[in-house]
Amino acid sequence: MLLEVRNLSAGYKSQGKEIEAVKNVSFSLDENDFLGIAGESGCGKSTLLFSILRLLKRPGEIFDGEVFFKGEDILKMDEETLRKKRWKEFSLVTQSAMNALNPVYKIKDQIMDVILEHSDYTKIEALEIIERVLQMVGIQKERMDSYPHQLSGGMKQRVAIAMALVFSPSLVVMDEPTTALDVVVQRSIMEQIDEIRNTNKFSMIFVTHDISLLFEISKRIAIMYAGELVELGQTKQVYLNPLHPYTSGLINSFPKLTKETKEYKGIPGKIPDLSKPIIGCSFKERCQNRKELCNTRPEFKEVIPGRWVACHFPL
Amino acid sequence: MSFSPIISFENITKKFPVRKGFKVQYVHAVRDVSLDVFPGEIISIVGESGCGKTTLLRLLSRIYVEDEGKIVYGSEIVPKKFKRKEELEFRRKVQMIFQDPFSSLNPVKKVHQILGRPLELQKLNNIDERIYEALEEVELTPPKNFINKYPHELSGGERQRVVIARAIITKPSVILADEPTSMLDVSIRAGIMKLMLKIRDDFNTTYLHVTHDLAAARYISDRVAVMYAGMLLEECTADDIVLEPLHPYTQLLRKAAPDPDRLVSEKLGYTGEVPNLITPPKGCPFEPRCKYAMKKCKNFVPPYFRVNKRKVKCFLYEKNN
Repeated sequence: MLLEVRNLSAGYKSQGKEIEAVKNVSFSLDENDFLGIAGESGCGKSTLLFSILRLLKRPGEIFDGEVFFKGEDILKMDEETLRKKRWKEFSLVTQSAMNALNPVYKIKDQIMDVILEHSDYTKIEALEIIERVLQMVGIQKERMDSYPHQLSGGMKQRVAIAMALVFSPSLVVMDEPTTALDVVVQRSIMEQIDEIRNTNKFSMIFVTHDISLLFEISKRIAIMYAGELVELGQTKQVYLNPLHPYTSGLINSFPKLTKETKEYKGIPGKIPDLSKPIIGCSFKERCQNRKELCNTRPEFKEVIPGRWVACHFPL
Repeated sequence: MSFSPIISFENITKKFPVRKGFKVQYVHAVRDVSLDVFPGEIISIVGESGCGKTTLLRLLSRIYVEDEGKIVYGSEIVPKKFKRKEELEFRRKVQMIFQDPFSSLNPVKKVHQILGRPLELQKLNNIDERIYEALEEVELTPPKNFINKYPHELSGGERQRVVIARAIITKPSVILADEPTSMLDVSIRAGIMKLMLKIRDDFNTTYLHVTHDLAAARYISDRVAVMYAGMLLEECTADDIVLEPLHPYTQLLRKAAPDPDRLVSEKLGYTGEVPNLITPPKGCPFEPRCKYAMKKCKNFVPPYFRVNKRKVKCFLYEKNN
């Protein structure tokens, strides 16, 4: 097991108010796994990612829980050990590479910076690595000397992905890496990532709000709602046979490209206010099958091997 | 569908100046686009960013003025510069829904003021009555709960409903919708799209809907027009575009669209990049990326060829004529 998250709670504190954006989340990730985390805006998916990598900045705070990466608890590690593991053991690709790249440095210098900081390679060796990783993501080596503004959005995102892959880390976390891109570019980047994963073998956590894309490409999927995981399982099984009413509502909320769209409908209501305590199931206000028992909090438990759900009355 | 179009774009061209030192260059945003829209029809314009789809909408709404060609509304040409009275009349009939409901509502005005303003400008009577009616039409019920709220007190979906209410309050015959659901959460998109369809059924409203989401375009529209690098490449029914795309670019778009029901995924491979619109290709704009490209594609812009009532701008379908 590569990564194990146990009862992680995190959130934001401001003006005496405490907002629990991630509540009691537990899941694990194997080697060479591909977990997609889906959820709507405000469900806590980005907070979860940043907590796992210990990148959550103030006023954000990790309240409770453990994150084991290769057997060590990331949350208890001292800063220096953690810094040495970043990029090498795990790396992050964020949403807007356009803002993440420094506009006054050439592409190769930015990647070089990462390599020299985290290893003993010489500059010449580093250049070779840069050439190789850029080629891996489909950028010709002539482009190494470009500045970010000379590249298109898709290419900048590829550079960001290349940077995350320089040390072949065993975990790459991607936070909406293709959201700002067009569909065609998005698809070709996803294909590229897939190919690299076939040769290099690394685990990936992929977060996006583009649920139809996630259902198509991921191996396992976790659905988040109001800070909690409500369902987790093999993507195809979850898609064909959702157990949580929210998952099923989500699947019916986007029009399908090829199927006849009979059941296309949204979910009535809106997400609960996270600054107030939620009693019982967080989805009960919007749920059509709610009963008495839903006023007590459902446990996130394994119902079939590999399939987890937090609902008293799974579908 | 009646025979005469309510809107026709005739050979519209629009370019924007870009200054580079002393030189002035032009971005060719829309090139020679012709499109007929019929009353009561929902037509989706799909394409990637920068293809000119939003520019086309903005030309019709007179945020921009075309450089060449003309736009006909009903039986009259939409003038490049309105007289006051003409403008009021035009604005009453043609309304817009914007992409981002968080920035398209004035944050210091209450819903009542937001919805009342168009009616005041149009000097219509029974303002309050019409506001209640419009709120009910967009399913914000009971209206009295919403009328005194500020935009920040509403959720994203509710805001977009207010934006739609503002658009339908003058009972327009045409609504221009620029990616009306792309900023909303997935679970509320369906509601907004269903609402748009309901308004069409109730009032026979015509929609020009701009989107990059092929699945949404298929769901909501009767016809789809595909744009690329400022040109309209294909025009067909909503089902045809998904089930049988003809133009190589449409085929690419179709393959790239996310589809969880896809069983075997087809590799796209390297697909090239969108051409620079300051110096667009001389021939077909898709030629540099097209795997079927022929010699003449490089030098000539293909005309429209008809394939079973569909229009395709591609030399591959030349022999059909």
